[in-house]
Amino acid sequence: MNKQKVILVACGTGIATSTVVCKKVEDLIKANNINARVIQCKISEVPGYEDDADLLVTTTIASRTYKIPVVKAINYLTNINTQKVDQAIIDALKE
Amino acid sequence: MAISINEYLNKDLIINNLEAETTDDIFKALSEMLLKANFVKDSFYMGLVKRENNFPTGLTLGKYNVAIPHTDAIHVIKPAIAIATLKNPVVFNNMDGDGQVNVNIVFAMVLNEPHSQIVMLQQLMLLIQNEDILKCMNDAKDSEELYDIVSKFDCNLV
Repeated sequence: MNKQKVILVACGTGIATSTVVCKKVEDLIKANNINARVIQCKISEVPGYEDDADLLVTTTIASRTYKIPVVKAINYLTNINTQKVDQAIIDALKE
Repeated sequence: MAISINEYLNKDLIINNLEAETTDDIFKALSEMLLKANFVKDSFYMGLVKRENNFPTGLTLGKYNVAIPHTDAIHVIKPAIAIATLKNPVVFNNMDGDGQVNVNIVFAMVLNEPHSQIVMLQQLMLLIQNEDILKCMNDAKDSEELYDIVSKFDCNLV
């Protein structure tokens, strides 16, 4: 079995939009049988987690570069072209 | 178990046709209303302003655009959603940093617990994705009508 992947879901406060995106990502990994877990945090907390994470999914501005791939998930809030985000997350976890 | 958007609404926390030119005007009006009704501490206003500067909350949806300003739980006494429709659109920065958006309706999310308000948040997202509802809100005559529109918005999530 593959090692479990770690997905960070971050927004500015770690309270609101990341909660919505967390749920979406959890549903997505379940539906696609991906072995991964989700950690919800503030964008400012990402540096503390990124060494152990495989992917950052965020609704806010990623102001610096990270060691891990970044997927913008604002479409999950507006419900516009969400398939694109789904696919980007799946692709990032396959690598 | 599921706490719906209805339980966060309050007739005293709705402003119809707010005349504002800047995001700060809007935040001031919403914060004063929330402070008077005892939902937030007086630090809430600066919390909103700072958070919006660092992490903007404008969402480009289409015909009617919204913003969902919010801030850290330490400024909050009890949770609520405060709503303001704007007489004239006000420019917000887009949440993902990708340009600006003319916002018609503002939903201030007054949240005090991380992780637990998922049902309300999902309902709010469904609401803002519904252009018909946004149009009705934008066209509402008074705050009473606004309250009725939002409180009747019913969506079964689970």
